[in-house]
Amino acid sequence: MAEHSHKLKDVCHEHCHCIKINGLSVSFGEEKIIDDVNLHMHCGELTVLIGQNGAGKSTLLRALLGQIPHEGTIEFKETKTGNISNVMKIGYVPQSLNIEREIPMTVYDLFASFISKYPVWMFKNRKLYDKIKEQLKLFSVEDCIDKQVGKLSGGQLQRVMLSIAVTPMPDLLVLDEPVSGIDENGVRDFYRLVDEMKRKHDLAVLLVSHDLYLVKKYADKVVLLDNKILCQGTPEEVYEDDSFKKTFGGQTV
Amino acid sequence: MMDFLDYAFMRNALLAILVSSPIFALLGTMVVNKKMAFFSDAIGHSALCGIAVGIVFGFTSRSVSMVIFAILFSMLLNFVKDRTTYGADTIISVFASVAMSLGLVLLSKGGNFNKYSSYLVGDILSITTTEIISLAVCLVLVIVFWTLSYNALSSDNLNRGLARSKGINGKLYDYIFSAFIAVVIMFSIRWIGILLINSLIILPAASSRNISRNTRAYHLWSVVFSVVAGVAGLLLSYYTGAPSGPMIVLLLGGAFFVTFVAHSFGKE
Repeated sequence: MAEHSHKLKDVCHEHCHCIKINGLSVSFGEEKIIDDVNLHMHCGELTVLIGQNGAGKSTLLRALLGQIPHEGTIEFKETKTGNISNVMKIGYVPQSLNIEREIPMTVYDLFASFISKYPVWMFKNRKLYDKIKEQLKLFSVEDCIDKQVGKLSGGQLQRVMLSIAVTPMPDLLVLDEPVSGIDENGVRDFYRLVDEMKRKHDLAVLLVSHDLYLVKKYADKVVLLDNKILCQGTPEEVYEDDSFKKTFGGQTV
Repeated sequence: MMDFLDYAFMRNALLAILVSSPIFALLGTMVVNKKMAFFSDAIGHSALCGIAVGIVFGFTSRSVSMVIFAILFSMLLNFVKDRTTYGADTIISVFASVAMSLGLVLLSKGGNFNKYSSYLVGDILSITTTEIISLAVCLVLVIVFWTLSYNALSSDNLNRGLARSKGINGKLYDYIFSAFIAVVIMFSIRWIGILLINSLIILPAASSRNISRNTRAYHLWSVVFSVVAGVAGLLLSYYTGAPSGPMIVLLLGGAFFVTFVAHSFGKE
């Protein structure tokens, strides 16, 4: 384990930045939902958070995103300059959006409302439209720009949300159980996209997942959570660990 | 044909409708998207309490007390809606019932509730110039607010966490939005009445939603339905002698059913 963390440190120097979570805790009243989590994430690395329902995975993400009060610090370090800063851009892909099939809103409207102050109920803004189209192209969904959001397929909506998350390009991309609501092919497709993004843009990615098979295939680092970190390391290390076997029972991967 | 314009009260009524219907149309789009129909209904009902409180505390200007009450009450409702762990609709209903009953009790003191019964159904022909000016100020404020914060409101409604990750403080805009609804309702109660106010907010947007695919069309049709039904309703009531508020709501209801049917056929 010690050897492994040493390895990660070296990687950190080669890449552009790393994110350090130090002693992060979240309590609701008396109950500690997250207990002293220490985590390092690096550029170009996919870190996957696994654990049972109620293990606190989503809570940890919400704390990271600054949505709920928490103890501990989140440091963002430029390894080239050594500058430590507490401001980092986080791109976020939520589990779902509050939309119905018939909502009068196109992908342009949806996208623009998140990244621009130009009111979407007024005339279309050409410049903004072109910019959004460019960003959608990253995930090959530029043809959806004028489609109603409620009528997109699950896979298309995932791609649109990914494009929103990387506009502007974040320092850390956080994905919250994005696999729900799409079929098996869609899930595989999603992992492939994330992998591609990570390589192309040297992104640090944190993903909450249930799909242990795909995690094994794509993750650089796996973190097993049950209120506190039970075990972290490469997929192979974690999947061999006793705590993993205890958590997921006889599930073979 | 245009003889109704000879009467000052009709000119005032027409002005009031032209100024307030776009407000309802704009706010309604978000009320419908956010599924807040019940919320705005509750604020309308609580208006009675606002009037009563104003009278009990002897405010000279009824409007001021109503506005202050409306803002406080909407803040309270919004706070409760965000905090409660069981059905927000139940909590909202409890608050609205209590506020309305308190209003009824206070206003019936001495047995002269009849004096205030116009607040229930409204009377557009008695609207004063001052009230029209208040509504006009509301319209300007709502347009400014809408221009500055529609994106934030919309993105917050889609997903608060995602909005926050983009640096959008959705909660703040949510509170301001509720306050706007409350204030606009208070200023309009006098002419449309507590019983019908919510229809003016919900129906134009709901009808527009039936036929719109994007946000621009949604707003445009909402405003069109609201203004046309408002003016047509007033004229119909002038020529038939029927009350104007219900007439406007009937026309809006008609618009909803027509667009609803058109939408169903469009899907085939």
